[in-house]
Amino acid sequence: MKLRFEVGGEDFSLAGKASSELKRALGQLGVEPEQVRRAAVAMYEAEINMVIHAGGGIAEAEILADRVSMVLSDSGPGIPDLELAMTEGWSTATDYYRELGFGAGMGLPNIKRNVDEMSVETSVGKGTRVSMVVRFGGPPAGGGS
Amino acid sequence: MSAELFHSVRLDPEKCVGCTTCIKHCPTEAIRVRDGRARIIEERCIDCGECIRVCPHGAKRAVSDPISIIDGFRHKVAVPAPTLVSQFDRAGVDQILSGLLKLGFDEVFEVAEAAELVTTATKALIGGGSGARDMPRPIISSACPAVVRLVRLRFPSLLRHLAPILPPMEVAARIVKQRIHAGEEGVGVFFITPCAGKVTVTRSPLGYACSALDGVIGLRDIYLPLRAAIGEEPPERLARASRLGLEWARNEGEADSLGEPNSISVDGIGNVIALLEELENGKLRDLDYVEALACPAGCLGGPLTVENPYVAKARLRKLEAEAPPSGASPRPYEPPSLQALLWTEDLRARGALALDPDSNKALKMMEEIEETIAGLPGLDCGACGSPTCRALAEDIALGKASVFDCVLRMRERLREISEELR
Repeated sequence: MKLRFEVGGEDFSLAGKASSELKRALGQLGVEPEQVRRAAVAMYEAEINMVIHAGGGIAEAEILADRVSMVLSDSGPGIPDLELAMTEGWSTATDYYRELGFGAGMGLPNIKRNVDEMSVETSVGKGTRVSMVVRFGGPPAGGGS
Repeated sequence: MSAELFHSVRLDPEKCVGCTTCIKHCPTEAIRVRDGRARIIEERCIDCGECIRVCPHGAKRAVSDPISIIDGFRHKVAVPAPTLVSQFDRAGVDQILSGLLKLGFDEVFEVAEAAELVTTATKALIGGGSGARDMPRPIISSACPAVVRLVRLRFPSLLRHLAPILPPMEVAARIVKQRIHAGEEGVGVFFITPCAGKVTVTRSPLGYACSALDGVIGLRDIYLPLRAAIGEEPPERLARASRLGLEWARNEGEADSLGEPNSISVDGIGNVIALLEELENGKLRDLDYVEALACPAGCLGGPLTVENPYVAKARLRKLEAEAPPSGASPRPYEPPSLQALLWTEDLRARGALALDPDSNKALKMMEEIEETIAGLPGLDCGACGSPTCRALAEDIALGKASVFDCVLRMRERLREISEELR
């Protein structure tokens, strides 16, 4: 099943909708809580990144019985040094977003910690595409995490 | 009825007119109107009591025990929630507690006194010295049973964050039974509750196997008799609880009692849900403690209270200031160890929101749901009896409703039929 969200770049209060909807869908599928959490955190971070750095974009999720694939694509400024952006604590967020409590530079590294697969394609001046996969693993082990 | 499915919140079918007020306010979408009457989906109900609060016809009620339940016991002990003392104008704690004695109780033990011990246990948990497992931060208070049930239903990944500490009323009941009256026969302990959730948790406990309470009486039910029984200041001092225990009745009270600056307090079920969403998204991990209370203003705003919660809060603050200092009143018992206040059972997620145990079937149903939603008006009017168009689509996929329960779709269909007949 596919879900698609247009993530606006202006209204920060709407950010988080994609992760929240994804979470509900995975809960209805009966996915283990820890896997739901990992997917939701990854989606949320990627969504917030897109709002803060790229003025919004498109978030898509394809849910299968054993995994969820998430792709977030934007037409923003791109990431000049991807290796640096993947470093803990490094951020280019503006003062405005830092004051809102974001921009601790946790975005991409935090996504990486929570997903099973991740790839970033980026082109300066054209945009960025973040692809992520969270696998649901075998039958419920019981007791969640 | 199995213990797991016991709910205090019930519908009175005589009074229900089938309006849609409750379905629109239920935070877990646990109510449907079918055949002109509201029905509660038991697996989803968290006993928060929102529906009791909003029902304009008084058709939702909390099942609790009648005051007469105490008659079957030799020695009757009242354990009033700290909220009780905030409900009466111009009466001090001693007057209110002695009023309970006039109603037939032989002894009163304030839950607020037990709450002080829960404060100590929580402090130890935050500091890492409680003997409990290492806790992921922030630790979420487990004092509000509706919040515990909400976490289990909608935020199961946060279950590990719940403080594994017995609620104050349970600690109070155990002190009375196991310490003050250890080994005695015929001792009955009765909690006076501001909410339905605490009735439910006594019958089907969360984190422990069995409650020491013998009954739970709704504050609303005892209010009038108690009001009439309240008289002059009694000669002896009955109140022992300090500010640290009384504070548990109101929002920000746990945080105040703990003196924990690195904490957050949130009250009202909608606000609690928004905060839990943030926590589940990985935010606020630098906090140590989250006080989350389902009712506005905390327990003072419970659906079984009588007084306006904000008036009650002002009164409680006054009583907090007048209360004896912590440790000033001698305790007629040896307080339990911190270890004895911990949960003895782990809470497991229940997956009550899964559409089908078979994930392939569930996936297929989700696709059907998306298709159905595309054909619904998207007004979320509730006239079909489901709270939103999405909820109706889910109910259709589950075989519990039809697309023609939608009044707008039905109108379209009627128009088509009349065109055909022309």
